[in-house]
Amino acid sequence: MDWFIHAETVGHKFALMLVAILLFVGVMGAILFGIDKLKKVPTWAVVAAFLGPTLLFVVFGLVYPGLNTIKASLYDAKGNEFVGLDNYVTAFTQDQFQTVLRNTLLWVVLVPLVATLIGLVYAVLVDRTRFESMAKTLIFLPMAISLVGASIIWRFVYEFRPDQGNIQQIGLANQILVWLGLDPYQFLLNQPWNTLFLIAVMIWIQAGFAMTVLSAAIKAIPDDITEAARLDGLHGIGMFRFITVPSIRPALVVVLTTIAMGTLKVFDIVRTMTGGNFNTSVVAYEFYTQSFRAQNAGLGAALAVILFVLVIPIIVYNVRQLRLSEEIR
Amino acid sequence: MNGTRRRRSHLAAAAAVGSLALVLTACSGGDDEGGGGDATSDVDCTAFEQYGDLEGKTISVYTSIVEPESVQQTDSYIPFEECTGAEIEYEGSREFEAQLPVRLQAGNPPDIAYIPQPGFLASIVADYPDAVVAAPQAVIDNANEYYTEGWVNYGTVDGTLYATPLGANVKSFVWYSPAAFEENGYEIPTTWDDLLALTDQIKEDYPDSKPWCAGIESGDATGWPATDWLEDVMLRTAGADVYDQWVTHEIPFNDPQVLAALETVGGILKNPDYVNGGLGDVQSIATVAWNEAGNPIPDQMCFLHRAANFYQANWDPSLTVAEDGDVYAFYLPGQSADDKPLLGGGEFVTAFADRPEVQAFQAYLSSPEWANAKAEATGQGWLSANSGLDPDLLQSPIDQLSFELLTDDSYTFRFDGSDQMPGAVGADAFWKQMTAWIGEDQSDQETLDNIEAAWPAS
Amino acid sequence: MTNASAPLPPATLVEPEEVDTTRKPSRFGRVDARASRAARKLSSPWASLTAIIIAIIWTIPTFGLLVTSFRPRSEIRTSGWWTLPWNPGLTLDNYQEALFGSSTSLITYFVNSIVITLPAVIIPISLALLAAYALAWIDFKGRAILFVAIFALQVVPIQVTLIPLLSQYVSWGIAGSFWVIWLSHSIFALPLAIYILHNFMKDIPPSLVEAARMDGAGHVKIFFQVLMPLLTPAIASFAIFQFLWVWNDLLVALTFAGGTTDVAPLTVRVAELSGTRGSQWQLLSAGAFIALVVPLIVFLSLQRYFVRGLLAGSVKG
Repeated sequence: MDWFIHAETVGHKFALMLVAILLFVGVMGAILFGIDKLKKVPTWAVVAAFLGPTLLFVVFGLVYPGLNTIKASLYDAKGNEFVGLDNYVTAFTQDQFQTVLRNTLLWVVLVPLVATLIGLVYAVLVDRTRFESMAKTLIFLPMAISLVGASIIWRFVYEFRPDQGNIQQIGLANQILVWLGLDPYQFLLNQPWNTLFLIAVMIWIQAGFAMTVLSAAIKAIPDDITEAARLDGLHGIGMFRFITVPSIRPALVVVLTTIAMGTLKVFDIVRTMTGGNFNTSVVAYEFYTQSFRAQNAGLGAALAVILFVLVIPIIVYNVRQLRLSEEIR
Repeated sequence: MNGTRRRRSHLAAAAAVGSLALVLTACSGGDDEGGGGDATSDVDCTAFEQYGDLEGKTISVYTSIVEPESVQQTDSYIPFEECTGAEIEYEGSREFEAQLPVRLQAGNPPDIAYIPQPGFLASIVADYPDAVVAAPQAVIDNANEYYTEGWVNYGTVDGTLYATPLGANVKSFVWYSPAAFEENGYEIPTTWDDLLALTDQIKEDYPDSKPWCAGIESGDATGWPATDWLEDVMLRTAGADVYDQWVTHEIPFNDPQVLAALETVGGILKNPDYVNGGLGDVQSIATVAWNEAGNPIPDQMCFLHRAANFYQANWDPSLTVAEDGDVYAFYLPGQSADDKPLLGGGEFVTAFADRPEVQAFQAYLSSPEWANAKAEATGQGWLSANSGLDPDLLQSPIDQLSFELLTDDSYTFRFDGSDQMPGAVGADAFWKQMTAWIGEDQSDQETLDNIEAAWPAS
Repeated sequence: MTNASAPLPPATLVEPEEVDTTRKPSRFGRVDARASRAARKLSSPWASLTAIIIAIIWTIPTFGLLVTSFRPRSEIRTSGWWTLPWNPGLTLDNYQEALFGSSTSLITYFVNSIVITLPAVIIPISLALLAAYALAWIDFKGRAILFVAIFALQVVPIQVTLIPLLSQYVSWGIAGSFWVIWLSHSIFALPLAIYILHNFMKDIPPSLVEAARMDGAGHVKIFFQVLMPLLTPAIASFAIFQFLWVWNDLLVALTFAGGTTDVAPLTVRVAELSGTRGSQWQLLSAGAFIALVVPLIVFLSLQRYFVRGLLAGSVKG
């Protein structure tokens, strides 16, 4: 049974994979059917059975480490001595922390809004056209590339070569500038715009996600509604504003929230493209460097807790949306 | 191709031995070994008898060295594996430095790790005293016999030897084009003033080019080549003793002598007349990838590029790296011809287990047998400070030159300073502030003050 | 997931809800609408132009990398990929080296990636479906708070969980196996999965569920016959998202399984392609495309589930 833990051959690996899938799907299926068979089960037992496995997972894997982090943020670099709020003081008085915070806010506001907007517009534009499948695949493509891969692609786009002798540009962005008769530009170096050029990469990635989910939502809008609206004389932008957007509102909330949450945590782009230099760092990247490079566990944890705090507005927004949708019912 | 095939057949054999050993632990794997031994049956096992029979034992090694360089590593273990019967389970990752502390803290250490910074070693010994294991006697003996006191000290923490050097590199080099030098009648400078005179000469001869080119971009480690610049110049303007005090924080990071050194570096790197040939202006140094910064040299867009011996891997494969070839490097001169400081680095073999097979492998890695096996397996781009290494086995001229300088007593060797400093400085603030110094034109004083402020209190 | 492809029962369940007479005309109406909309699109050049511009901006950078991956190292450095017509000279060297340059066959990494990814997608979906069902359709005290709490856990960065989780896995003796990767990915995916599925479940008209309950349908019946068919697009969206996340993950695999070839996924190999000191950077472009093939196939094959969502979605409102 050694292969059960350490599968080595291809056959064993696939066998193990099937076992794992069947095991989990089987257990969840058994819970569902079991509860169904037993008539007159109290509600709390049903809830416990349906939610139990999930809660077990997240308490073990997320809640406990999260609490641990909050605790670590009150201790020193090695985690031995209680230092109170010192790490937070350090974080906030750190030389460029204002910039880091400002950048993070820019990321978390711009990426969800712009990516969702572009994804939505595109989904509407290509909806039910002849090239829909192909067109959607093109926008989805960046999603399928890893964050690091995407960063490599865009570093290449932003690549700078001086306007000197017979040196040719090898980055497309600068080549376009040169074609337009402008000087090549240091996209990743010149503040404050460099942060926007990094944000563009994340928008480029996330628009595919927004497009995918929103396109599915648009297709779920009943034809009767659009038909009726059309008979009322709604077309183009009017249709978009008064029919499409309100109809897919729940999906929009999901997309905005998911992208915002992902953006808060993302640091690979900053890491690969600028290494946090030239005032482009974000909280997630500072957290990463402090925890894993500077070996300052306390400060790293404090930065992670600041991330937790930054997410509160997003939670509040969602709770309000949730209330709203319950009221509609 | 031959090398590849041999490697494959050996790996296949090793895998066969490995899986057999796992499945049939009780059975003798010795019968099987004959099959795998054919390819390299010329190994002389007498030197390995001291390690005893390690049949069926496995040693896990975790390093920052990945393919293709890792193949040269694993190839160099073949004599050990064949003669003792032990199996080395090698794992290399570019995320090594972030991952190793995670594994140590979670109680999942490798048997052996190659730690590239003495400062990192010291912090691991301090943070995980129960995990790290002091070197056994055989390793201590090897270290004292084959390495200079300086190198032994880099692996020593609080008087205890924990780690022995593995590979070594030399950073005090300036890459140039021998053809361009010959064409213009330039001489290899032997003093710092000669170097500056040469710089001015080039500036006059080639108004459309720049004498120097540099690049310090390196992903999240951006800035490290600039720290090497400062360290190299510190050794020259302040001397090795002050350098040591600076590295150990006996003098503050922003000491006037450091400021003087930084001003000297700025005299080249922040001088728009001297940089950045074919790559842009001064600021462009901050965004040019360190491993591409020498590229303008063959085109005579720039003439001088200060970089370590391992920069040789970055030249276009069509270029010959030799004194009479397309590109080569000369020693970055000291203040006078007799003043010969040498900056370098290396990795250190650190053990987290004291099983006999682990100690045997540690001893092997500190022995001349391994150094020579590694040199043979490598081709080019590797050397060691092990005095038992046979220089004839080194195949690349720059490796030979590096080894020559490392073993020459007239050169004063010092290990890369940022690698010895605490992580918060050596792997964070120092890099970042030097990058801001170039990329954002931050002043000398502010740069050093910021780094000093980042030095951990304890 | 197999349930999703079961024959479509919702029509029968739903039909009584809908006014029967509107349904058939609307089917025909859709075809008409489709034709008329397509026609309108052609007549709206600005819309087409916008779509084309977005498509170009989104494709060009990747296309540039694709061209680059076939160019020799020395040319990549000296001229832009768009000069290809003047600088022909394509080479397969980068792919040759990326695919076969390793001492371990790339197939091993592909197998590992697939073995890691499938359970890491299916397990969280199966867990989250039941959890989201309970949170959306079973009335109990504190469910709103519980939902918000689970949802908020999305923000916990994976990095802070590494040491606590690995310590446990080591003490259980399963570190370095596929199990810990599946378990970890499932844990990290649950908040998002529950969030997405819950919100889409909430979106389903309560009348449908209540009608089914009136008919005496139990949880199984409501779950499979009412909810599942309507949830297909949501499940497909999450599945794609999770698939990409796991397929492109490096951190979880490195930390919990180590980079040994027994379990290491493709990303581990791709991350190392450029060599210890990055001197082989030209291989990264080829590596990126090799890694891209499978996610693209998955997207194309999951796309039809969105179309099915169109059928299912047409009954709500």
